[in-house]
Amino acid sequence: MKISIADVSKRFGAFAALDRVNLEVRSGELLALLGPSGSGKTTLLRIIAGLDWPDEGQVLFDGEDALARSAGERHVGLVFQHYALFRHMTVFENIAFGLRVRPRRARPSEAEIRARVQKLLGLVQLGWLADRYPNQLSGGQRQRIALARALAIGPRLLLLDEPFGALDAKVRKELRRWLRDLHSEMHVTSIFVTHDQEEAMEVADRVVVMDKGRIEQVGMPQQVYEQPRTPFVHEFIGESIMLPVVVLNNTVHFEGRPIGVDAQGAPDGVATLFARPFNMTILRDAASDSLHGEVRGIHGIGPARRIDVALGGTQTVIEIDAPRSHNCAIGQLLYLRPAQYQLFPSEF
Amino acid sequence: MSTAAFLRRRTPSVIPGFGLTLGVTLLWLSLIVLIPLAGLFLKTTELTLAQFWTVITSRRVLHAFELSFGLSLAAAAVNLVFGPVVVWAVVRYRFPGRRLLDAIVDIPFALPTAVAGIALTALYAPSGWIGGLLAPLGVKVAFTPLGIFIALIFIGLPFVVRTVQPVLEDLDSQYEEAAASLGAGRWTTVRRVVLPTILPALLTGFALAFARAVGEYGSVIFIAGNLPNVSEIVPLLIVIRLQEFHYADATAIGAVMLVASFILLFLVNGLRRWSELRIGKRT
Amino acid sequence: MCSVQVTAPMKINPKAPGISASLPAPIPAQLSTQAAAAPRHRVDAREDAPWVRFIVVAVAVAFMGLFVVLPLACVMTEAFAKGVAAYFAALTDPDTLAAITLTLLAAAISVVANVVFGVIAAWAIAKFDFSGKNLLIALIELPFSVSPVIAGLVFVLLFGLQGYFGGWLLAHHVKIIFALPAIALATIFVTFPFVVRELVPLMQEQGTEEEEAALSLGASGLTTFFRVTLPNIKWALLYGVLLCNARAMGEFGAVSVVSGHIRGQTLTMPLQVETLYDGYQITAAFAVASLLAQLAIVSLIVKVVLEARLERD
Repeated sequence: MKISIADVSKRFGAFAALDRVNLEVRSGELLALLGPSGSGKTTLLRIIAGLDWPDEGQVLFDGEDALARSAGERHVGLVFQHYALFRHMTVFENIAFGLRVRPRRARPSEAEIRARVQKLLGLVQLGWLADRYPNQLSGGQRQRIALARALAIGPRLLLLDEPFGALDAKVRKELRRWLRDLHSEMHVTSIFVTHDQEEAMEVADRVVVMDKGRIEQVGMPQQVYEQPRTPFVHEFIGESIMLPVVVLNNTVHFEGRPIGVDAQGAPDGVATLFARPFNMTILRDAASDSLHGEVRGIHGIGPARRIDVALGGTQTVIEIDAPRSHNCAIGQLLYLRPAQYQLFPSEF
Repeated sequence: MSTAAFLRRRTPSVIPGFGLTLGVTLLWLSLIVLIPLAGLFLKTTELTLAQFWTVITSRRVLHAFELSFGLSLAAAAVNLVFGPVVVWAVVRYRFPGRRLLDAIVDIPFALPTAVAGIALTALYAPSGWIGGLLAPLGVKVAFTPLGIFIALIFIGLPFVVRTVQPVLEDLDSQYEEAAASLGAGRWTTVRRVVLPTILPALLTGFALAFARAVGEYGSVIFIAGNLPNVSEIVPLLIVIRLQEFHYADATAIGAVMLVASFILLFLVNGLRRWSELRIGKRT
Repeated sequence: MCSVQVTAPMKINPKAPGISASLPAPIPAQLSTQAAAAPRHRVDAREDAPWVRFIVVAVAVAFMGLFVVLPLACVMTEAFAKGVAAYFAALTDPDTLAAITLTLLAAAISVVANVVFGVIAAWAIAKFDFSGKNLLIALIELPFSVSPVIAGLVFVLLFGLQGYFGGWLLAHHVKIIFALPAIALATIFVTFPFVVRELVPLMQEQGTEEEEAALSLGASGLTTFFRVTLPNIKWALLYGVLLCNARAMGEFGAVSVVSGHIRGQTLTMPLQVETLYDGYQITAAFAVASLLAQLAIVSLIVKVVLEARLERD
């Protein structure tokens, strides 16, 4: 199912949870809503689910007005952050709930319900837990039961609110891959909310980065990581080195000296240069048009090392990645030039 | 519009039935509680101020108020002392019969007041188990204000115990351990660390016990003797005035009582808020 | 890496591994010698001296025995003072039986009324966020702080002969005061907050997520209530019913004012106790009283069981 969100705004008192949000969700894709807390991602999810209403704007499911329908009429499978399993019902009854509460003429027979629930329990690989109660399950098991319950109604759309937020690191990794596989098997349009960029990058087909109620960027994980459209996205996703620079005649100056990189068409004026730690090349020879600084610390294990460099005459200390083969010592002077970077003019 | 803002949902919710359930709640609350209570005040306005004043300041009424409030205060004070002792024993110590002791604290709540009334009377009458022991010493309890005092202690006890108990149960052992590690003796620790923490709850329980005692009727009237100007409490006086068809008198006395209980309720709510603030519980 | 011993480990008597709370001495050396002189077992910082414990428990037990256990024991002995036969004769007296019936009826009416109202009010208060909520809760709890006599008085002022609706009721031959309706109304008034105050905190704690899940799975509002909310609150509801019932059956002051004291007709059990007692039928009075006392004890036992159950949920 295709979802169109047009000019959706939502305020809670003076706080703008969503500010004219526009988004197209493609049929069958797995989309991540990524952002820090308070960015509006959960509000957007709840609006799509029908648990909240926008003050303005439109939500269309396959071109049809979804806001005119109640949560129950939207056929949306929803997995809550804390699962919201019915605590007085067994796992089996939890999954069967959505089928049992259908009006009599639309309700499947008891045998069909049993078959359907068994199949879902098989799908989430927890058939042996059918008669347990939610409080007898581990977090990861509850998560999968909540998903099975959402899938039982044959949803046109699957929504997951921080699906891995309450789990410990190891279970989270396993479930991520499992969700990915499940999605490629079922191909139901799915949206999940997360504040964990690694999770979004690893699981989603496309990522929507949100901040302060606005969408900052929409794109494939690779694209968002490599070509962040705004300073916020660069900073929020992956590690960043940020340098205050000045652009003059298409050359970039740091502390009044050119650093030998192209301004990529950025206008003259104050700007911020963003780069990834591994994109800092260490120059073999001293060069006046480069960044240079003193090595303050060396740490890290594995193939790459992390080096702290105090730049020039300033207090700016940046962390860069260097291959283990590169010899350096504390106190040594390094000449650096970013191989890949982005410039964002500062706003006044 | 201020009325529209009042009782209005702050955030719209998908949960159904807000208007219906709030409407039914307000209607039923008005019918059973608010309108009848308002009726009492409305009836009071039928009296002139002078009439009202004459009723309220008559010797018999003044004495009844003095007796009701004085004895209620004294009984609540007794519970303020012994209530915490019971709580401390039940919460902090393990001894045979502890759970039973804990359970019977609720008996004054659960036992119908008339039953408590005749039982206390039988106990403290000169021929009773306790009255018989006190009679040779020249102490008369039943049919004197002292009997009222005993009955009011009985009904007030659970209020103090049940208000203080949860606070003491939740008190983190860290505070006392910290005090002990800083060199404070046990008594100093209890006085300087534990007592201030449970103080708001203690005062809340005291106020609740006092409020209950002021309005108490059933457990008192049997043991009181009910002599005008000696052992006649306010609620009984209201009943007597009603039986004499002196509705105006009953209404005036009732209105004063009601105002007093509003003030007490206000006080209790303030104390509760303080208590929750003190133990760091969010409201 | 090498470990450096900064100070030599302090020598502590192995019999005193914990630092005793009651020891005032701040200097370790003194602590060590004192512990050696008088070996102590491990002491919790919150533990009181044995004699303190003994006195506190003794005072608590004596106080409770004097003020709570003795009256209860007195009811039972007085009830059987003239033997078992007299006891049962008193209970099977027609007026007493009528009082029992009236009590059950009034209690049943007030329990049903308060359950329906309690659930509805708790839903409004716990599941929604609105301004004025605290005031509403305070108003619902108001009957707790009103004297039972006043609870009766207000209904007399409304429906009594000289009351606001007295004339109209007389003209239309509707009897409220000195009849079941007023007894039921007064009982509902005094038991008004019992069910709500048990439900609201629990429902607030449980939040609305399960209801939202049920609604998004296609359940209607009523289905959501009966299949998701009600099972989650059933023990608290039962607890409220228990307290409400106990108070309803035992209510004396409020009912006394509106009852009219007509033997065999408008006397509830507590009023029957009073009537018998005032008529010097002491044993009979205590027999009926013992029935009420047994009800109170059963209520308390059920209450303890329910509390354990609530804690487990």
